[in-house]
Amino acid sequence: MKTRREFHKLAVATAAGLVAPAVLGSRAFAQDKPIRVGASVSLTGPLASTKNGLIGYELWRDDVNAAGGLLGRKVELVIYDDQSSAANVPAIYSKLVDVDACDVLFSPYGANLSAPVMPFIKQRNLFMIGMFGLAGNDVAKHDKFFHSGPWGPNSGRDWARGFFDLAKAQGVKKIAIINADLEFSKNAAKGGAEVAKEYGMEIVFNQSYPPNTTDFSAIIRNINAGDPEAIFIASYPADSTAIIRGVKEIGISDKVKLFGGAMIGPQYGALLSSLGPELNGLVNSHTFVPEPTMQTPAIKGFFDRYTPIAVKQGVDPLGYYIPPFYYVAGQLAAAAIIGSKSVDPAKMAAFLHANTVDTIAGKIAFNEIGDWKDRRVLMVQLRGIKGNDLEQFRNPGHQVILDPPSLKTGELAAPYNKARTS
Amino acid sequence: MLSIDILLNAVVTGILLGSVYASLALGLGITFGILHIPNIAHPTLVIAGAFFVYTFGQWGFDPIFAALIGLAPFYILGVALYIFYSRVFERRGGANVLQSLTLFFGLSLVIEILLALSFGSELKSVSVSYIGSSLKLGLLTIPYRLLIPALLGPVMIAAVWLYLSRTNSGTAIRAVAHEERALSIAGLNPASVKQHAFGIATATAVVAGAALIMIGPVEPFAGRFQIGRVFAIVVLAGMGSIPGSLAIAIIIGVAEALVASYLNPSWAPGVAFAILLLGLAFRPQGLFGAAR
Repeated sequence: MKTRREFHKLAVATAAGLVAPAVLGSRAFAQDKPIRVGASVSLTGPLASTKNGLIGYELWRDDVNAAGGLLGRKVELVIYDDQSSAANVPAIYSKLVDVDACDVLFSPYGANLSAPVMPFIKQRNLFMIGMFGLAGNDVAKHDKFFHSGPWGPNSGRDWARGFFDLAKAQGVKKIAIINADLEFSKNAAKGGAEVAKEYGMEIVFNQSYPPNTTDFSAIIRNINAGDPEAIFIASYPADSTAIIRGVKEIGISDKVKLFGGAMIGPQYGALLSSLGPELNGLVNSHTFVPEPTMQTPAIKGFFDRYTPIAVKQGVDPLGYYIPPFYYVAGQLAAAAIIGSKSVDPAKMAAFLHANTVDTIAGKIAFNEIGDWKDRRVLMVQLRGIKGNDLEQFRNPGHQVILDPPSLKTGELAAPYNKARTS
Repeated sequence: MLSIDILLNAVVTGILLGSVYASLALGLGITFGILHIPNIAHPTLVIAGAFFVYTFGQWGFDPIFAALIGLAPFYILGVALYIFYSRVFERRGGANVLQSLTLFFGLSLVIEILLALSFGSELKSVSVSYIGSSLKLGLLTIPYRLLIPALLGPVMIAAVWLYLSRTNSGTAIRAVAHEERALSIAGLNPASVKQHAFGIATATAVVAGAALIMIGPVEPFAGRFQIGRVFAIVVLAGMGSIPGSLAIAIIIGVAEALVASYLNPSWAPGVAFAILLLGLAFRPQGLFGAAR
């Protein structure tokens, strides 16, 4: 006859025996379950030219999984099309978190689309890598947000400072600023005006224009009337084309030494090939160009794999501006997961705040709001472009780095009129 | 900055832009102004026309010549669209405006997606020798990029206007909107007349598309930015007044250019609607429309 104590022991052992497989099983299941990385990408709509970034995500995922995954778990991408509309973004990210149970989030492309998701990730205390959202965390100041793009600290004001450093070095006293009436361009122009004032430059013309303006002749004539020595332009691809063509048609003063700055478009293959030699002399921002100071085996290896996929998919075959930094986003997430041995947002964020991460775009360290500690936006001058063959842009010497000094590969060719016709 | 050269150049640029706007609005002037079908897909059809011209441009064709090649296929496309529209709505007793708007809104989305899938989402442009150079006439500097597309507008509008006013089939198109039954009594098939009119309207889209892609690069979703302006032109002209739409488009173009030169370019998109509101306040039937 068993005593009551023996009976209790037997009951506990039986219960343990029944529960243990379930507990161990669920733990094993959690370890087998893939790490889910969620993002929205603009596959359609006006920002669909940024969808080549998806190749960067997919190459990173394939590399990680080929190496055995993260913490022994495979990586799975969960991607939705935001249709380039900020209105779609909140619902997509709610689904990524609450339904798809993603462990890591990548933001939508750019400041316009990222803005709606920032309050959500701060409120829910989530871990996110930001994709090209200029000053994207300056308001929310979320401590688990990290930029994959090289804007640097105080990016709202300083990201294009390189243009003004070059202007200052040229002794520019009078500057004109024009910008599209859109978030990124407005921020760039506002920041540029502040830096120009800081450097003691007189802003002789400062005007915005509506998106999709096709004729800039009136604006160019008004700029000429102000007699500036540098023209800082924050534009989007269609207007960038119209402005460059407008300058060719209307003409610009020989006093202008620098022209460009924050024009979106000349970073992409489509505009490089369509405008070709018309781009000569332009000084503009970029994130990567194939100049000797930037070529590393890692980034070269990335583009060797990117190009055939891009050609097959019919997206930008060069892909210098965005795709490497989508791969970098994956590398940052991987470093955080491996370094913290966890997918816990707080632990991942703590790791990235405390450590420098080696990526295909170089070593990255972050400040308290997830900006790169060192700004690494390039100011490049387009030169020696002949014809409309896109392949020429794979060679060094056509996108000469003028700033930052650590990556410099040439001196500014000025004035602009001479540089654009030589 | 009130120098005479800036004023002159602004006025001339405005006239040229207005002429291009008139090309964009012509097809809508026929479908909406005459047939009373609110074809909000027309600007997207213009973009489809621009991509047609771009495709032929890749094979070395001049944009204007490519547009002429495109007239026939776009006419057929227009006829097919009208047949679809009439089967969906008119055989069931007519469509209300909301149903028609929904149909054409959906159609414009489908065209946009098809264009994006076929050509990608990046900007496409044509390369022609005269793009990038200018005609200098005293104080005036006129870019050929604007001048040549602007010349297409009056030519196309004159051709359509002469056709509608001087030919029997043109008269039938104008008649079908007023009294369909009377047209039937006269022995004509109103559906065939409308098909023909819709075909002509859609054919104008390829010429307008050529004008648009000569001025600057286009992407599949660029039509959305033109909808407001072209509707303002058609409504203010007086719903179906073809020469009136050219005059209104030039008024809007000049007003936009003056606002961009002397006030602020950011205000320019509001100009068309400001003129529309003012115009309709004084002449509800439109500036060139007959009171009914």
